[in-house]
Amino acid sequence: MTDTSTKPAAASSTTGSTSAPSAGPLTRFLRATEIDTRLLGMMGALLLIWLVFHFYGVIFNGFGAFLTPRNLWNVSVQMSSIGIMATGMVLVIVTRNIDLSVGAILGVTGMVMGILQVEILPQYLGLGHPAIWVITVIVGIFVGGCIGAIHGWLIAYRGIPSFIVTLGGLLVWRGAAFLSANGKTISPVDATFTLLGGGPYGAIGAVGSWTVGVIACLGILAALYAGRQSRKRHEFPVRPMWAEIFMGLLGCGLVIGAVLVVNAYPWPRGIVNSYIEANGIVLAEGETLFISHGFAYPVLIMLTVALLMTLLVSRTRFGRYVFAIGGNPEAAALAGINVRWMTLRIFALMGALAGLAAVVASARLNSATNALGLLDELYVIAAAVVGGTSLAGGVGTIYGAILGALVMQSLRSGMVLIGFDTAVQQIVVGSVLVLAVYLDNLYRNRAK
Amino acid sequence: MVELRDISIAFGGIRAVDGVSLDLYPGEVVGLLGHNGAGKSTLIKCLSGAYKADHGQIFINGQEVTINNPRDAREYNIETIYQTLALADNLDAASNLFLGRELVTGGGLLDDARMEAETRRILARLNPNFKKFKDPVSALSGGQRQSVAIARAVYFNAKILIMDEPTAALGPQETQMVAELIHELKRDGLGIFLIDHDVHAVKQLCDRAAVMKNGQLVGVVKVDEVTEDDLLAMIILGKKPEHLAA
Ligand SMILES: Nc1ncnc2c1ncn2[C@@H]1O[C@H](COP(=O)(O)OP(=O)(O)OP(=O)(O)O)[C@@H](O)[C@H]1O
Ligand SMILES: [Mg+2]
Repeated sequence: MTDTSTKPAAASSTTGSTSAPSAGPLTRFLRATEIDTRLLGMMGALLLIWLVFHFYGVIFNGFGAFLTPRNLWNVSVQMSSIGIMATGMVLVIVTRNIDLSVGAILGVTGMVMGILQVEILPQYLGLGHPAIWVITVIVGIFVGGCIGAIHGWLIAYRGIPSFIVTLGGLLVWRGAAFLSANGKTISPVDATFTLLGGGPYGAIGAVGSWTVGVIACLGILAALYAGRQSRKRHEFPVRPMWAEIFMGLLGCGLVIGAVLVVNAYPWPRGIVNSYIEANGIVLAEGETLFISHGFAYPVLIMLTVALLMTLLVSRTRFGRYVFAIGGNPEAAALAGINVRWMTLRIFALMGALAGLAAVVASARLNSATNALGLLDELYVIAAAVVGGTSLAGGVGTIYGAILGALVMQSLRSGMVLIGFDTAVQQIVVGSVLVLAVYLDNLYRNRAK
Repeated sequence: MVELRDISIAFGGIRAVDGVSLDLYPGEVVGLLGHNGAGKSTLIKCLSGAYKADHGQIFINGQEVTINNPRDAREYNIETIYQTLALADNLDAASNLFLGRELVTGGGLLDDARMEAETRRILARLNPNFKKFKDPVSALSGGQRQSVAIARAVYFNAKILIMDEPTAALGPQETQMVAELIHELKRDGLGIFLIDHDVHAVKQLCDRAAVMKNGQLVGVVKVDEVTEDDLLAMIILGKKPEHLAA
């Protein structure tokens, strides 16, 4: 097998129908479906983590709390801000750079947005004005992008290594976050803004989730069909029909499974009761309402970012150049790519994503504190690296980074659930990071 | 069609190219010979935009031009096969072939399928045994990589082609195909700079040969007027053969 993750446009790769007759059934199956074995390994690891935490709970606490709709929903919300940033970190690491400042950028943009929406905008627009959250989000993303652009400029045009620039940035922006409100916590944030962080009202409910699910399934089928047509048109080998059907069923199955899980998590009793009161609903004695959460807004934001970033990476010149620079910066320059300008833009994009992550993180807390995003840079880098992004450059995928973020968050949440304290959590997370990279090395050496 | 006049470039203290003048006509192949480190690659990199000469002028079709980067060189239809091949190892053949000049669909998205189809077409001409279109070029053999680099240079209708040891890694059959390609391109009126250590090949393929030593031009001779031994003597001794020295 070749490592299809090295090619950004993995979706259009064709190794099919060249399978040697001597290959075993599993190998033949993987070849025909073009499932990346690396991806399969990560899914397996994730499943293992989930099962271990769940059954640890079953055995030692008499109750498995991990594989419940409630916990899985919470994990999905908690991973969002890391996941959003991890997609950008992939591009940074692929081009052989690193960004240690993302947590601090998140912190300072969170403070800027907090001050803006709590202390400045209400003066002019009035408290709770519907434009407040829109302006705040735009400003947050913009400020993050500007900070990233400054870093990118220092790295690309002033030749300072990214490690140093962003290490300095980490301290500078963390300090700036503290100074911006003299260490105070700013809360509560705008009422609409806070929905972007999730919570019962910050989710799209059962009908909305089904709508999203159906659209996603149609999208998957359309993409498979378009891919097949395009291969036929150019007379490339196509996958066998059963493999296409299998991929379609697998994709749609995962989507529908996710919808079922988030819809199985109901609003808590108290919130349902106040909802019933507020809407004057009359219920028969002993009857209650089952109101589903559905997908939370931060999760939808993360998934949208992941989709757009995948498109950027695999279908645009920008993405192609990112990988070319990572593979061979000299060759990229000789091919006429402006490597410096690309580097600046990549860091600006990373900063903008940190700004967006700050929206999600501060909305979830319903406040802005100068400690927001502390140590996030490590989790973001870990997510990208666990997800298969190579620190040597040139290799990485967006879906891998999202899966990596899910793995990291599952570990954190799982250990909290079974009552490990912070010190143990740190030891485990650190060890897993090292182990993941080691296993990845083994895999790559074998794949060669 | 191309004239390099008095080109000099130094790295630190080393004068890698020292006052070299050289010209090239349409439909002509000029061989560039010299010992390792003579400055051949450096000289042509001034023309391809990889380096900027410290001193000297470049004329194309009689007009003086400034070439600041590889993009400028491509504007003048100058294509280069670098000695190092300059491939992004993690990308496949098609991505490398079109790097910097990707084909896009109406919506501005990459048209990978069309790029692959074009790549299959051109490589079928250069190296019919080439099959690995989906693998990153790091998985290719040295000769296959070289085929990709050659394909990239000839695909985009170059007028001036620079080939820095294009056959260094090729087998006899593939080398023969490159030789045929050079003849074909020459007939189409391209001007070609060919850097090669093989005196025999230079004598067969080129019209004129330029010899460099220690950054300086030893001389330019018509290959019909010299023997292979004369060329070797020029490379090693650094002076023109007696019967031409007059
Ligand atoms: N980027 C660079 N930095 C410093 N010195 C360089 C650089 N590139 C080339 N040189 C020096 O310039 C001189 C000429 O090198 P060049 O690569 O042009 O030689 P060449 O004639 O192509 O040799 P070969 O036959 O080995 O390819 C050498 O002494 C080399 O060390
Ligand atoms: Mg050379």
